[in-house]
Order: sequence, then C-alpha cells, then structure tokens
Amino acid sequence: MTEQPRIPRTVPRKSATFDDATLAEIRRAAATGIYDIRGGGAKRKLPHFDDLLFLGASMSRYPLEGYREACSTEVVLGDRHAKNPITLRTPITIAGMSFGSLSAQAKEALGRGATLAGTSTTTGDGGMTAEERGHSKTLVYQYLPSRYGMNPEDLRKADAIEVVVGQGAKPGGGGMLLGQKINDRVAQMRTLPKGVDQRSACRHPDWTGPDDLEIKILELREITDWRVPIYIKVGASRPYYDVALSVKAGADVVVLDGMQGGTAATQDVFIEHVGIPTIAAIRPAVQALKDLGMHRKVQLIVSGGVRSGADAAKALALGADAVSIGTAALVALGDNDPRWEADYQALGTTAGAYDDWHEGRDPAGVTTQDPALAARLDPVAGGRRLANYLNVMTLELQTIARACGKSDVRNLEPQDLCALTIEAAAMAGVPLAGTDWTPGR
Amino acid sequence: MSIAAQTLRPNAALDLGAMSLREVNAALKAESEGVFDVLNPGGAHAVACGLNAPVEVHVRGHAGYYAAGMNRLASVTIHGNAGTGVAENMMSGLVRVTGDASQSAGATAHGGMLVIGGDASARCGISMKGVEIVVGGSVGHMSAFMAQAGALAVLGDAGEALGDSLYEARLYVRGAVASLGADCIEKEMRDEHRAQLADMLARAGMDADPSAFRRYGSARKLYNFKIDNAY
Ligand SMILES: Cc1cc2nc3c(=O)[nH]c(=O)nc-3n(C[C@H](O)[C@H](O)[C@H](O)COP(=O)(O)O)c2cc1C
Repeated sequence: MTEQPRIPRTVPRKSATFDDATLAEIRRAAATGIYDIRGGGAKRKLPHFDDLLFLGASMSRYPLEGYREACSTEVVLGDRHAKNPITLRTPITIAGMSFGSLSAQAKEALGRGATLAGTSTTTGDGGMTAEERGHSKTLVYQYLPSRYGMNPEDLRKADAIEVVVGQGAKPGGGGMLLGQKINDRVAQMRTLPKGVDQRSACRHPDWTGPDDLEIKILELREITDWRVPIYIKVGASRPYYDVALSVKAGADVVVLDGMQGGTAATQDVFIEHVGIPTIAAIRPAVQALKDLGMHRKVQLIVSGGVRSGADAAKALALGADAVSIGTAALVALGDNDPRWEADYQALGTTAGAYDDWHEGRDPAGVTTQDPALAARLDPVAGGRRLANYLNVMTLELQTIARACGKSDVRNLEPQDLCALTIEAAAMAGVPLAGTDWTPGR
Repeated sequence: MSIAAQTLRPNAALDLGAMSLREVNAALKAESEGVFDVLNPGGAHAVACGLNAPVEVHVRGHAGYYAAGMNRLASVTIHGNAGTGVAENMMSGLVRVTGDASQSAGATAHGGMLVIGGDASARCGISMKGVEIVVGGSVGHMSAFMAQAGALAVLGDAGEALGDSLYEARLYVRGAVASLGADCIEKEMRDEHRAQLADMLARAGMDADPSAFRRYGSARKLYNFKIDNAY
C-alpha cells in the first residue's frame, strides 16, 4: 500500500483589512442599523509623540544638573489683553470636560488635583458646578455652542473664558449626551427635559466666522471688564489658518486639540476619521503665530493624547506653551482601573478597553450620573492621585529639559528632537534620527 | 479708570461720540438704579451688555451686535435697529428694540422679555432657554432652532424651518409659516396658551388678538436616538 502524499493545508489566516474589530462592527451595524457611539479618542495607531526622541546634551550642548539646577516650569497665560493673566506652576493643565459627561465627584476631584498641583482646570458643555468652582483655584469657563448653563454670574466667577470652536476628537461636530445620563440635576442645569438624548449644536448660535467672533470676544471682555484671558479652542484640522484666524479674532490663548483627543461621546467614525494627529498640528500652529509675530504673546496649549512628561516636553519643544490632558486625568482618577474588572466583564468589556462612557454605567464612577457608581469615586483621594500624577509629569518634563540644557521648560526647541519614522519626521518637522533629513523641508 | 467709580446723575446722558465703549459700559454697570441715555451709538457693538441691576437705559439710535447681551434685571430700549444677537443669553429684565433686529435675536436667553417692534431676521430665539420674545413683524428662517424653553410670539410671518429640533419652547405665530423644521408640529391652542399669549402681548405693549395665533411645538420624536432620526 502506497502512502498518499499529505497535502499541506493552509493555516487559518485572518485578513489585515477585515480584522476582528472590522468584522464585529459590520455585524453590529447590520444587526442594529445605527452607527457606533463611544467615548475616548482615536484607537488606531497614529504618528504620535512616541515617534519622537530627544537628543540630549553631549559635546556640543551643556546639560543641567538633574535635581539641583533650577529649571522653571511656570507659565503665564493670557497676558495679551487681560488685566489678570493666569500664572500656573506647571504647564500641564486639565482640559474641559463637562459635568454631565462626568460625575460631580469627578469634577470636584479634577479641581482638587489641579489646585494641589498648581494648575488650572476647565468646565465643559454643561456649565459650572459649585463643587468645581469651590475646589479649583484657577478655573477656565467654557463658552460652547449649546450655552448650557451659561450665565453672566458664572462667567464673572471664571478665571479665564474658553470659546470652544471645536475638539480634536470631532472637528466639525457638536456634543452628545444620551438620556441615561440626564438626571434631574443635569437636566435642570441644561434646561432640558429629563432623559432626552441631547445633541449640542456644532455651531455657535450667534456668530459665524472670525469677524463675528471678534465682536463676540469684545462682548465677553466688556461683560467681564477685560479682567480675564479669552482662549479659543479648535480641533486640529487646518491648524495654520485656524490659529491665525483665532489670533485675528482676539484670542489671548489658543487651545489646539489633536485627533487623539478624547471625547465623552461621539460617533466612532468621527473619532477615527476626522482631524489630524496632534504632532502634525503643532508646527503649522506655531508657524502661524510666528508669521503674525505672536509666538509666546498668544500662548498655545496643545492637547490630544498627552500621557507623560515626555509627551509634554515634546509638545513644548515643538513650540507649545502648555499642554492639557483629559483622558489621562480620568485614568489618574480611576477610570478603567483593573480593580473593577468583574464589573467591566459584566458590561461585555475589560479594564482598559471600556469606552461606552455615554451609557453612564462606568464602574469607576467617573463618567456616570448614577449615584451609587459615582459614590465609588472619593473626590479627595481622586484629587490626590491626580495631583501626584501631575507632579510626576512635571518632574519628567524638567528631567528632559535639564538633560537638554534648558533652565526653563519653554526653552526646549525643535532642534532638541529627532524622529523615529519618516512620517513623524515630516509631520513634526524634525530630522529622521541619525540623519539630517527632514522630509518636506 | 475713575469713571466707573463715579455715580452718574439720574437721567445722565452717555455720549458714545465722546466716550469709549468701555467707559460707557463701565459707567452703566456701576449704577444700581436710575434712567440713562446712550447717545450716538452709531451701530457700536456690545452696547449696554452685561448689565446687572434694575437700571433703565435708552440707546438713542442703531446698535450693533450683542446689544444688551446677557442682560440681568435692567430695562434697555434701543430706539432704532439692533444688530446680531440682541439680548443674547439674557437672564431677566426687559430689552426692547423699536425697529428691526438682525439674526439670532434673543439667542440662548434664559429669562426676561425681548420685544422687537419691527421684524427679526434669521434664527430669532435660537436655543432659547426660557426667555419670552415678542416680535411685532416677521421672523426669518430657522427661528427657534433647538429652542429649549420659553415662548416666542410672532405677529407677522415665520420663515422656513421654524422650530427645527425644538425641545420644550412654545411658538405662537399669527401670520403664515413658510415651513416647519424637523420635529416641529402645529399644536392645539388651548385656554392656557391663549392666556399665556395674552399676558405676553399685554406686557410687550402689542395690540393683537391671541385667538388669531396658531401654536407650534415639539413632536418630541427626536428626544431619543433612533435609527429613523439619525440622517
Ligand atoms: C469625558 C470627556 C468629556 C469632554 N468634554 C468636553 C467638553 O465639554 N468640551 C470640550 O471642549 N472638550 C471636551 N472634551 C475634550 C477635552 O477637553 C480634550 O480636548 C481632550 O480630552 C484632550 O485629549 P486627551 O483626552 O487625549 O487628553 C472631553 C473629553 C473627555 C474625555
């Protein structure tokens, strides 16, 4: 009996194009007929701060001593027009996140943590709560298209006003807060019926374009007697023009949010496919400021995927004056903490992947209005964790600045950087590591 | 700046031809009561905005954008036309425009009353959150877009897409409505509505019969996120 030759079989091979997540999404869409809504930022891999490295001092540069030599982290924001500019001990600020998307405990913890660390925190698309004003030494008040809870008393209590034109997660989109999170207090603050799925407008109701915005800013300054700085926040899409027009409209500070930036809730397709990565946005924004003679006069705050002092240092080296963090601050409070793994499993997910923030069932009590869940977050302990984390980031930032020989973190410069990939080199406008080649320059 | 600290004579006139906007607004905000004239506004923006006390202000001429913006407690009359966003985000008090108003009149206003003698342009009452608005003439397209609460009465006609994506505000129109926006429907005019409208018209000083108006409001079909609403 002759043995049949064994025919080798192909191993099961999954498609890179139709990967598991793609297949699951097609099935989900086919079953429900509605697009996916979620929180967080872009999950796909994008050119990011990780693709940049610092060169450090050596023969041609002179480093500063690690723990002893002074390296200033202080930053002054909004000294162009305002009587009372903001001075922060660290250039790492807390981004605007709404009460409504976040629990009152989370807002309070953000205020406590920011205050302990000597930085600012920011309201969001839902107005100012007494908890957050009370616990925030420096509070930036957002002025959004929805104007939920907007009133002149709160405006006058703010230390700065941030006119939100867009967000990196969804440039061109408005907010969303689904009915599960609209409890009595949220409904009352936003003048909405309880339990409705609320869509905030994507355009401001009483101005269109930078010429109108200039007049709007005049009004805000008149109402607040020219005391506080006015920021304009834009999602990163056409940063050169958006920043130039923000300056023209009268901004004291421009906040530029890249596509990795988190959101409380929006369509997944928006998060993953609209806007440009953070590192691609910074150089054009800085160029716009320089072309107008406004670099360092109108300050630039960069956000979108900032996680560490290294990320902050890279943003500063590319020309930003400060950074802000959203997602990372929520993680410091306890969001996606593995200690709640059983609860995440019950929601069909796992710690680290939970992004259904719009559903209001957050086991960590951060992105919820459920009193029992929200009670899991102790605002004092949460604030302490956030302060620790901000302090670590600041120390990391100083460590890098000293290694590059800078006595002020804002003296970091593009010449201190190189890139690991051609893409990152082109986007950040720094040479590919080991070469003097900066693609596109 | 010393002017803000000084107390103005009752019935003082503040001349925008001679003083800066900052000086005029600071002077008005420093008062807790009294009647004041603002002369020569010449279309200036942000006139008499952010007032916070029961003063009475008469702007003698046309005002630019955001006149009486964020008003609280004060009574402001613009004897002329008003630009975009008159009385935007008003909290309380009364703002009256004797002529026409441009776009977004009364946008996002939470309370008080806005009276426009003539016509209002597009987006009158956009995102209104509790204000009462009475327009003697007609309103432009997208009026009461995403209006959340309060009431808008229009003695003339309404442009296209009235009340698009409306929440709980009540809309009363005496004339023709070019078209209703998404989720806005005509509703029955009951006694309570006639009474509310009669009261608003009386306070606005408008002579009109409430029973000649039709009422429009939210069908509440967009209140929950459903596939049929998503396009
Ligand atoms: C839960 C949550 C709520 C947010 N709410 C708002 C908001 O109300 N207004 C706003 O301008 N941005 C909002 N953002 C965006 C942040 O201000 C910021 O742009 C973003 O989080 C920065 O990116 P990062 O999350 O990667 O740090 C929110 C973000 C999160 C995560």
